[in-house]
Amino acid sequence: MSIKRKAYIVGAYEHPTRKADTLSVARLHADVAKGALDDAGLTKADIDGYFCAGDAPGLGTASMVEYMGLKVRHMDSTESGGSAPILHVAHAAQAIAAGKCNVALVTLAGRPRAAAASLALRPPDPDTPDVQFELPFAPATQNLYAMVARRHMHEFGTTSEQLAWIKVAASHHAQHNPNAMLRQVVTVEEVVNSPMVADPLHRLDCCVVSDGGGAVIVARPEIAKSLNRPLVAVLGAGEAPKNAAAGKVDLTFSAAAWSGPAAFAEAGVAPTDIRYASLYDSFTITVLVQLEDLGFCRKGEGGRFVADGNLIAGIGRLPFNTDGGGLCNNHPANRGGMTKIIEAVRQLRGEAHEKVQVRNCDLAIASGIGGALASRHVAGTVILGRE
Amino acid sequence: MTTVNRKIIAPRPHPETEPFWLAAGEGQLLLKKCGDCGEVHYYPRAICPHCLSGRTEWLTASGRGTIYSYSTMGKAESAYTLAYVTLDEGVTMLTNLIDCDPAALAIGQSVSVVFVPTEGGPPVPMFRPA
Ligand SMILES: [Zn+2]
Repeated sequence: MSIKRKAYIVGAYEHPTRKADTLSVARLHADVAKGALDDAGLTKADIDGYFCAGDAPGLGTASMVEYMGLKVRHMDSTESGGSAPILHVAHAAQAIAAGKCNVALVTLAGRPRAAAASLALRPPDPDTPDVQFELPFAPATQNLYAMVARRHMHEFGTTSEQLAWIKVAASHHAQHNPNAMLRQVVTVEEVVNSPMVADPLHRLDCCVVSDGGGAVIVARPEIAKSLNRPLVAVLGAGEAPKNAAAGKVDLTFSAAAWSGPAAFAEAGVAPTDIRYASLYDSFTITVLVQLEDLGFCRKGEGGRFVADGNLIAGIGRLPFNTDGGGLCNNHPANRGGMTKIIEAVRQLRGEAHEKVQVRNCDLAIASGIGGALASRHVAGTVILGRE
Repeated sequence: MTTVNRKIIAPRPHPETEPFWLAAGEGQLLLKKCGDCGEVHYYPRAICPHCLSGRTEWLTASGRGTIYSYSTMGKAESAYTLAYVTLDEGVTMLTNLIDCDPAALAIGQSVSVVFVPTEGGPPVPMFRPA
């Protein structure tokens, strides 16, 4: 059973805060839920499906359903780190197609910045079989992505300057977003001259740490068509895990090499048809690898593809992350999946900032990597279309 | 030179990995090999991740390999180098590179295992230029 046009994104909302000193995690989830409902023109009573991941406090969906007073008949707390909301949108479409719910709410929120929390999603669980073979060596998010960048440079000749172009493009977009954390346009030189964090990645190769969150509402076609909002259809989706594969490590590609083709096949479209791309940007290298794996360029050619402003709206061939992305705008709860979906919805509705709005934007992709690129991660890809 | 300036978190062995950590204490690096499909795997499991066979056997590795990728993080004294090292036996393992100048490292460089003490647990396999 295909999910193509079986469900529509009818509501989307991004919390304006980037530092939630006085807002609890539960409150943030509720705030974004209310924002998405208002955007859709629906009420809490319309929601009969709820989706959240490990950023929500407590027991899966149960604690937030209680806090918000939801009455639902379908729940899903699939956890894949930052890509989870992308998987949730796909799972919501599946649930709607199967008749399990009519209106699904997906929330993501957190406050790592106010809490001065570590980048780790949670303390290591000693029962996890890999922990004893990894924790003594102090893997961190930064160096686990840096090792992918180093290998890419070795295999394909990718340069720090090429990676920097990804940050430059994000900063060009963020200057127009009043809520963005980093609104100053940066140059390639500024990126490569910023302090080294985990070589070869510099500080400006990294995303921001921010509080806040976002929500989307996915509904069945009859409901979507009854609302006074532009129609954004879910056309296809894919999800895939990748890991150290029992020692057969290959850092040249991500799980998006599997989730992407599945999503394109279900949607019946090709990368050349895509007008706008929301690509998970925890680090510049995350974007570069996904561009190759999703088929926007051949493997190894990502560096040349992103150079010279090719990702900048109005200049390049593939405008990406026109809200400024995680690199400059927002990476709430250390998870960038929700904001990727929200900006894709804005673009398809024609509601992005006028300086970055893609003309005739009728087909968009949102793709994400949750977890650690060099060890274990889950990719999620959705393709969305304007009707 | 990168030496080990941080306290190394002790690994917490599981029943199925106790032989690995006992051997580490004696300076031996063990891998697992499947008695059915013949594949070598790492990290070691009781079951073969290639065919789910329960007939896995310990194999003593040569302790030699090459650098697959690496990244140095942290400032001055606290800097350390995370790496993937591909062993001569064909599997790639997460580790640290020590006793080296991080700026002089290269992918493909030959390295050999050295066991480094941890905080109250068995020593862990790190690598230094061979
Ligand atoms: Zn086997």
